[in-house]
Amino acid sequence: MTPFTTLVSIAMPLIRDNIDTDAIIPSREMKTVGKTGLADGLFAGWRYTEVGGRVPEPGFVLNDPGYARAAILLGGANFGCGSSREHAAWALAEYGFRVVIAPSFNPIFRGNCVRNGIVPIELDPHAFAGAPQPLAIDLPAQTVTDAAGNFATFAIDAESKAMLVGGLDAIDLTLRRRDAIAAFRAAHRAANPWVYFDA
Amino acid sequence: MGQTLFAKIWDRHVVEDLGGGTGLVLIDRVLLHERTGGVALESLAAAGRAVASPAQVFATMDHVVDTLPGRTDRTIMPTGTAFITATRDAAKAAGITLFDLGDPRQGIVHVISPEQAIVLPGLTLVCPDSHTCSQGALGALAWGIGSSEAEHALATTTLRVTRPKTMRITIDGVLAAGVTAKDLALHLLARFGSAGARGHVLEYAGTAVRALDVEGRLTLCNMATECAAFSAIIAPDDTVFAYLEGRPYAPKGALWDRAVADWRTLTSDADAVFDTEHRVDAADVVPMVTWGTSPQQAVPLGGAVPAFADVSDRDTAEAHGRALDYMGLAAGEALAGAAIDAAFIGSCTNARLSDLRRAAAILDGRHVAPGVRAICVPGSGAVKAAAEAEGLDRIFLDAGFEWREPGCSMCFFAGGESFGAQQRVISSTNRNFESRQGPGTRSHLASPETVAASAIAGRIVAPAALDTAAAEPGA
Ligand code: SF4
Repeated sequence: MTPFTTLVSIAMPLIRDNIDTDAIIPSREMKTVGKTGLADGLFAGWRYTEVGGRVPEPGFVLNDPGYARAAILLGGANFGCGSSREHAAWALAEYGFRVVIAPSFNPIFRGNCVRNGIVPIELDPHAFAGAPQPLAIDLPAQTVTDAAGNFATFAIDAESKAMLVGGLDAIDLTLRRRDAIAAFRAAHRAANPWVYFDA
Repeated sequence: MGQTLFAKIWDRHVVEDLGGGTGLVLIDRVLLHERTGGVALESLAAAGRAVASPAQVFATMDHVVDTLPGRTDRTIMPTGTAFITATRDAAKAAGITLFDLGDPRQGIVHVISPEQAIVLPGLTLVCPDSHTCSQGALGALAWGIGSSEAEHALATTTLRVTRPKTMRITIDGVLAAGVTAKDLALHLLARFGSAGARGHVLEYAGTAVRALDVEGRLTLCNMATECAAFSAIIAPDDTVFAYLEGRPYAPKGALWDRAVADWRTLTSDADAVFDTEHRVDAADVVPMVTWGTSPQQAVPLGGAVPAFADVSDRDTAEAHGRALDYMGLAAGEALAGAAIDAAFIGSCTNARLSDLRRAAAILDGRHVAPGVRAICVPGSGAVKAAAEAEGLDRIFLDAGFEWREPGCSMCFFAGGESFGAQQRVISSTNRNFESRQGPGTRSHLASPETVAASAIAGRIVAPAALDTAAAEPGA
């Protein structure tokens, strides 16, 4: 995973509440078993004029050339609700988003973002939703700064921050504790033998 | 200070405190399905990692498979076959148990897990599927995760989890006749909202919850994810123990007795403190239906589509207007009476035997209204077999319903079958999001009995209204 420290980018506003993961990547756009080939399907239901088509819907912000290179997405409350499909995070990342700013996130989606190098920032996005203007994200300092120098600080849990800043693979980190896990599991098995099928 | 049920299960699974509120949590069961499980298994194998404990991992085919009779690996979803074969191959290579097509145990993951007693009280159980919270009905800590986390759980038998907060909703009193667990779930969503339990483990308690059978509890817990809960849980009791005893993966003999003795300790202590507490009077709950595109947009079945002014504390004007537009409804319009194009009984919310029985009781001797497409999809092979053994399939078929093979089917649009744009569907499922059941499809969530009654009437009606109509000749 690419480590994340700072980023400067314009922010694309898509401030609707309850944007669910099927809106982010419709099921029909998940054509293969893998994690790639999803960027074209990002927000497909809103982005194209027809289901399954590829003719851009002119009014949709993703098709606005002014935001073409945005790496920051501004969303509404309860962003990423619905299906747990990680494809939503994969599609956003593949498209080029590294940050989502929304008033609140669905917890599973939020975890999927962190696992895929996308920083979920819980802030009111309206403050940053003017004309396309660059925002500066500083993850170590936990700040968002606009072109005028106004900044806001955001909260993020230590584990997520460490994983994003370090670009760490959680499985590798955990496997360093392999022995502790094995010992704990043996004790758990002794106390709760009915839990285990592998005798 | 006493402990909550959640804390008791959490404590016995935390291998290590990782700091910052995160624990390394031992995972007892991993469940997978072909839609998100195959990619996790493949990606794990591609990284050169093995499934650490294959005996604790189970996979099923439910999301992508067709549900039409005579189905094969070929799917109506254009690229569905690849999901099926990839999951099958990866499951075989990893040595995990697979409930494949043609296996009588195959079905929707959250339906078959309790049925097979794969989920047990006091376990930690995860699945890359948001409705995993359903399984908290058995007294397990069960929650939905993403694919990367599934890989982590498979490779390490643990997950790194930020400790959730706790919320208890105590529902005392008695649900009126005709008011179901689904109505209760929709009532709670309408009341507490689609973010009402964000980040919390939600314990359902109270006499009305105790009175629910296991299938009703599964329905109630199923929809906890719609209010953004980490998960839901209900303290296991004799109802749960009686349900589990003798099922395939339940402990047997002396081990069973030992397990039950342990499970009896899995309750929140009388002096346990929750981060948030709510109380609900069961007598306030009435049959419900959703009008919009979020499950919180639910009203009593006899109610009207609310004006924005009435729900401005919950929705923004933008969200409210969008939902009205999408659903083709106007504020003030009565829900009861809206003409429907289709009726769907299925999903991990409401496709177990008791759901099918209650719907069949309404359908018996009646026929769906002309022009209404009606579909019943049993939640599992076991549900289907049991329903057929008591003749429910005949009742559904005679009433004009399709009788399908088990799976998720049109609970969600996988890219194949759908109801069609602007089609109004009354559905026993859990999500009414835009295009959830097909591009442009308008979904109204309700109990199976409301779906059955509406199918007969050709418009949204309460089951009770059907009886009145039948009693009035010519009505
Ligand atoms: S039945 Fe519907 S909600 Fe349940 S697991 Fe399947 S797709 Fe998800």
